[in-house]
Amino acid sequence: MSSIHEPAAGASPEEAGSPRGRQDDTDVLVVAEEVRKKFCRDLKRSLFYGVQDVAREALGMRQRGDRLRKDEFWAVDGASFELRRGESLGLIGHNGAGKTTLLKMLNGLIRPDTGYITMRGRVGALIALGAGFNPILTGRENVYVNASVLGLTKKEINAKFDSIVEFAEIGEFIDAPVQSYSSGMQVRLGFAVASALNPDILLLDEVLAVGDVAFQAKCFNALADLRRRGVPFILVSHNMQHISRHCTKVVFMKKGRVEFVGDTQEGIGLFLADMQGSDHHDGPDWSIVNGSGGVAFTGARFLDADGNAITRAKTGQAVTFAVDYERHAASVTDPLFDLLIRCRGEKLFQATTQSCGQRLGSLPAKGTLSVTFDSLPLHSEALDFCFCLMDGETHELFDWKRNVRLNVESDPRFTGVLSLEPTWTVTPRCHESPLSTPEAVAQEL
Amino acid sequence: MKSSTPTAPDAGPVVRYGPDPLLRRPGALLREMATDLLRSRELAWRLFVRDVSARYRQSILGYVWAFLPPIAATATFVFLRSTGVFSMGETAIPYAAFALIGMVLWQTFVDAMQYPLRSLTAAKPMLTKINFPREAILLAALGEVLFNFIIRLVLLVAVFLWFQISPPATAWLFPFGVVAIIALGYMIGILLAPLGMLYQDVGQGLTLLTTFWLFVTPVLYPAPQAGLATVLNHWNPVSPLVTTSRDWLTTGPSEHLGGFLGVFGVTVVLLLAGWTLYRLALPHLIARMGG
Repeated sequence: MSSIHEPAAGASPEEAGSPRGRQDDTDVLVVAEEVRKKFCRDLKRSLFYGVQDVAREALGMRQRGDRLRKDEFWAVDGASFELRRGESLGLIGHNGAGKTTLLKMLNGLIRPDTGYITMRGRVGALIALGAGFNPILTGRENVYVNASVLGLTKKEINAKFDSIVEFAEIGEFIDAPVQSYSSGMQVRLGFAVASALNPDILLLDEVLAVGDVAFQAKCFNALADLRRRGVPFILVSHNMQHISRHCTKVVFMKKGRVEFVGDTQEGIGLFLADMQGSDHHDGPDWSIVNGSGGVAFTGARFLDADGNAITRAKTGQAVTFAVDYERHAASVTDPLFDLLIRCRGEKLFQATTQSCGQRLGSLPAKGTLSVTFDSLPLHSEALDFCFCLMDGETHELFDWKRNVRLNVESDPRFTGVLSLEPTWTVTPRCHESPLSTPEAVAQEL
Repeated sequence: MKSSTPTAPDAGPVVRYGPDPLLRRPGALLREMATDLLRSRELAWRLFVRDVSARYRQSILGYVWAFLPPIAATATFVFLRSTGVFSMGETAIPYAAFALIGMVLWQTFVDAMQYPLRSLTAAKPMLTKINFPREAILLAALGEVLFNFIIRLVLLVAVFLWFQISPPATAWLFPFGVVAIIALGYMIGILLAPLGMLYQDVGQGLTLLTTFWLFVTPVLYPAPQAGLATVLNHWNPVSPLVTTSRDWLTTGPSEHLGGFLGVFGVTVVLLLAGWTLYRLALPHLIARMGG
């Protein structure tokens, strides 16, 4: 695979170009062609392979890049994409999908095992904020060090120093040692220094995930400013809101492979759908009774309004949760049915027959317990139903089952857990407006 | 329009990363090494200032710590010698002065040998996350070695005043001796650094070796004239450097000059090889370091 794209030995960077013949297109600032990188699971072996690789490199021998040695795996497996001026790329995927490794290759920190990366222009990378900070030194000293590491000259730093301090909102603390800073201050100072860079291409790794609201707002505006100036950036984030707001396209990676390149919303949709699918789901084992067995659950299913079995429901649709049971005890009257709905381990709803003031009466020997919801105003992709049946008096636990899964097709316009139907309006507010001024509220009371 | 002649006003440099061995394009490699070395000067200075100014900030004695090890070693040997535990040849200048000058030179050699790996290990978080000219770390380390030596120079001046030694005409050659000693240590340090970043054994081994090495080098005793020690001495690259430098500074022309020049020549060649190896190895090392 790698041989297709390998240029003749001695190929100069000028001859480099994408296989699609875009050599002349100076608007394409980043090209990745079939980039692969392998890592090793075992530390000792990894170190030994490191020695091997260095030895081959030192002898000018070609690395056997396309072959996996023992315990190796592809951390990035065949990534190809382009980034043009004015575009911004979101890099999404699960933890360990290879996003950061790809970013490190784009930054030139590590080299691809096969494939090529071409970067056209000065690359700035915000992979770690405040790298090189020495806690004993003052903020001022660290600004100079950090900015130098990021590639600014002393002249540039002198010129931008005041705006850096202002941006970071550090104030007189600039002459205090960095170890006396709060973590928020350190991050702000790191970002302030980094934002003084003026790169042609910017790489950002999860830097928006830190800091308080005011700081994040600054980050967003810094990104907006980049977009206004047409500076392309690559953003790694787990926050799909950030990705969809700031990126014109996405690369979705899964286990090192690029699953999708293209439209942001489509890519995010694929990623979320995949997350739902791969979210390891253990349904209950119906052959095991978790309790005394006075009543045993034998199966459960979801029904729509017409009584048809479903595994997916739309937000707002009527859903009935039906549980089949067999009674083994001589008789059971008014048992307590406890239902809990969770999403990724988080409780969304819990109720019992008792808390709802309902009685089930005497249970037939075999039957179906049903819980009907006229509408499920929930917005999570996957709902896990957990339930148990207890004796109403003694609370003897008959049986208990967890994680019967209902998938919800949520409205792509919204995110979050709750499904609401908002209406947006603007009303002019005069000084005398009776609405919402404290005096008006006081008068009304 | 060709990308080699960019017409867009803000078109920056074009860089291409791939798996091909960099040694197959030695011209480009050397060019990159040269540009990066130039490019790294300012950053190296910053890192040097950072490390030096942070080093003693949390200390009361401060720079005194730079003097203490050679003084302690010398004091020990002056004491041992006075008790007659072991015998050694006579020295041309007072023994304490002889030993102290030797220890200052030796300490400089050890610094030069240990700083590259030490600085690289400390810079790991930066190396794995930021692309900056890698030479900066090495240059900053070299700066620290020089800085340490210059502080200890104060000690040497004190010795000369105290023992009222008048330096011979060859004293002006002494800086060349120091340069050669630093170059030798630094060369060994750089050559070992790539392996040392993978395996901690290298750093540990180096410390152990240093102790042993001191005792087979005529630092605290004059160069032996006979016996097994002579053989060891003959194959020990540090010996001619230390002996020649000390002779130049205290007595005059050295009989070990031939060895000195030979070692220095080999050192310069290996130093360039070590630098090249460092550049070639670093991306592979960073891939193994994670972070």
